[in-house]
Amino acid sequence: MIKTLYDKLWESHVVHVEDDGTTLLYIDRHLVHEVTSPQAFEGLKLAGRKPWRVSSIVATADHNTPTKEWEKGIEDPISRLQVETLDANIRESGALVYFPFRDKGQGIVHVVGPEIGATLPGMTVVCGDSHTSTHGAFACLAHGIGTSEVEHVLATQCLLQKKSKSMLVRFDGALGRGVTAKDMVLAFIGRIGTAGGTGYAIEFSGSAIRGLSMESRMTICNMAIEAGARVGFVAVDETTVAYLKGRPFAPKGATWDRAEAYWRTLVSDQGASFDSVVDIDVSRIEPQVTWGTSPEMVVSVTGTVPAPEDFSDPVRREGVERALQYMGLTPRTPINKIPIDKVFIGSCTNSRIEDLREAASIVKGRRVAPTVKLALVVPGSGLVKRQAEAEGLDKVFVAAGFEWREPGCSMCLAMNADRLEPGERCASTSNRNFEGRQGVGGRTHLVSPAMAATAAIAGHFADVRDLI
Amino acid sequence: MQKFVQLDGLVAPLDRANVDTDAIIPKQFLKSIKRSGFGPNAFDEWRYLDHGEPGMDNSKRAKNPDFVLNQPRYVGASILLVRENFGCGSSREHAPWALEDMGFRVLLGPSFADIFFTNCFKNGLLPICLPVAEIDALFAQALAIPGYKLRIDLEAQTVTRADGKVIHFDVDTFRKYCLLNGFDDIGLTLCRSEKIKEFEARRRIDQPWLFS
Ligand code: SF4
Repeated sequence: MIKTLYDKLWESHVVHVEDDGTTLLYIDRHLVHEVTSPQAFEGLKLAGRKPWRVSSIVATADHNTPTKEWEKGIEDPISRLQVETLDANIRESGALVYFPFRDKGQGIVHVVGPEIGATLPGMTVVCGDSHTSTHGAFACLAHGIGTSEVEHVLATQCLLQKKSKSMLVRFDGALGRGVTAKDMVLAFIGRIGTAGGTGYAIEFSGSAIRGLSMESRMTICNMAIEAGARVGFVAVDETTVAYLKGRPFAPKGATWDRAEAYWRTLVSDQGASFDSVVDIDVSRIEPQVTWGTSPEMVVSVTGTVPAPEDFSDPVRREGVERALQYMGLTPRTPINKIPIDKVFIGSCTNSRIEDLREAASIVKGRRVAPTVKLALVVPGSGLVKRQAEAEGLDKVFVAAGFEWREPGCSMCLAMNADRLEPGERCASTSNRNFEGRQGVGGRTHLVSPAMAATAAIAGHFADVRDLI
Repeated sequence: MQKFVQLDGLVAPLDRANVDTDAIIPKQFLKSIKRSGFGPNAFDEWRYLDHGEPGMDNSKRAKNPDFVLNQPRYVGASILLVRENFGCGSSREHAPWALEDMGFRVLLGPSFADIFFTNCFKNGLLPICLPVAEIDALFAQALAIPGYKLRIDLEAQTVTRADGKVIHFDVDTFRKYCLLNGFDDIGLTLCRSEKIKEFEARRRIDQPWLFS
């Protein structure tokens, strides 16, 4: 039988199917953080239930934690209570591994899981966080779930799901100079729209995907959710296997050989059919910058801010008008004329070591423009931070005028003290440019790390290709 | 979970596409470790003129008169009419908690974001997808007719308009069953414990590296 990778991942986890197709899927890995888990643990306790298999749990505090002056602890009492609640819950239940606040392994849950080898091909991975799709880079079925589902997985090690339709996205061609995985995924979302992937499981494939590192593949899968798809994944290849070898929680010895043989079957069979296919020629993609309040509102750095009259659909036109107003932008303004106030390099999309290297290579020997009020680099995890420091990247950033912070979600969603003030405009490597995402009234433009670094130096959006 | 069988409810129209969960319940309220009490902060940034933080007395805050749900005619609404891709963005279940706490039991729209859609069912909130033309007509009526109500019947899977027109909607059999009975799906899943254990035991043999 010819199968897609999605079929294989799905079928290997089916415990039971109801008459209407609702399926009980077994969950291999459960990632837990402080924001979406307290109510789940509480519900479990109230019902007198116990976690089914605590060795499936990888936990860390990331959303609320401060990124500087760790010795002071968490000043905001409400945030502190949430982090302490996670601490109490995990210490009571147990976990495969837990990185509490201030631990040297602490970091964004989606950065931590893969780097320690706790995300392995063929797994189902869930987390009470929509960007769980990140782990799809390892040929995992990785879902974001709500808190009731977190409780459901804690109690039963299963999730109730319905199979999605399948979409194959083929990225072919050669990436241009200065164009990265972030630009590929933004261009893709610009093409199909934020609801374009709703109801689909997306397999990212093609020669351009094969040519990407695991970290870049994670950047792409991370944003599958911004295209409306709950899961996005990439088949196993040499790059996947090489990345995993030697990671602390990856199998060893004879078990590794068995595992590797299995992982190599995690590809779509030749001739497998998909409900939808999208072809993208990456050689035509230029560095991307979002201009609006949805990731689909994106253009090339060489482009201009659109005008409402460019859109014929009245609902869209109104959305564009509202976005322009919120973003404080005039139609037809060239993207490279838009000045910025802040720069944020971080988030589960772009805070891994390669992202920091990419940004540092632009920044090296240059200075952040004096008009930029704050330029932040927030590594994705303690491990990334130490690696970057070993390579001297921290010094490059600091010398250029960036602040070098402790790991966490930080200004991706501004639950801690890192945020935009009303009206401030930010070049951000995160994944969401919704109204208020980085602080009330804040204006977010999504870009790659290289483009964020370029904007920091120029003081406005600019083409990274002019600096390399 | 609260049961849902039938509802005659006042309709409030929220006429914008891509309403994300950050807008439904801003992140500062996610610091709570409770499930309840989010209603007064639903749509906080649109609903109030000042910036909201947890712990504020919301009854004393100035409301934004331009925000549709602040209009007196929609007070007490239990059906929210929405546009495409409602509930996109973050997976936070605080969004359906907030909507329900605000008094909504039904959402009617052309499309919903995936995770949000699932989260609604877990909380006794019924999201109904209808064709765009039906939704357009409902918006027109809700805006034109003060006190506009609809009857929602989950058993029959129908939305009945005041003018008598009956619109059928689809819903998964399993979700419908859970919602009609107010069943907690953890309990239902645990009825399958033996099957889960068998599956797990097989997996330990076939893929031992997943269990170390
Ligand atoms: S970095 Fe941002 S998107 Fe990623 S998990 Fe944290 S808050 Fe969510």
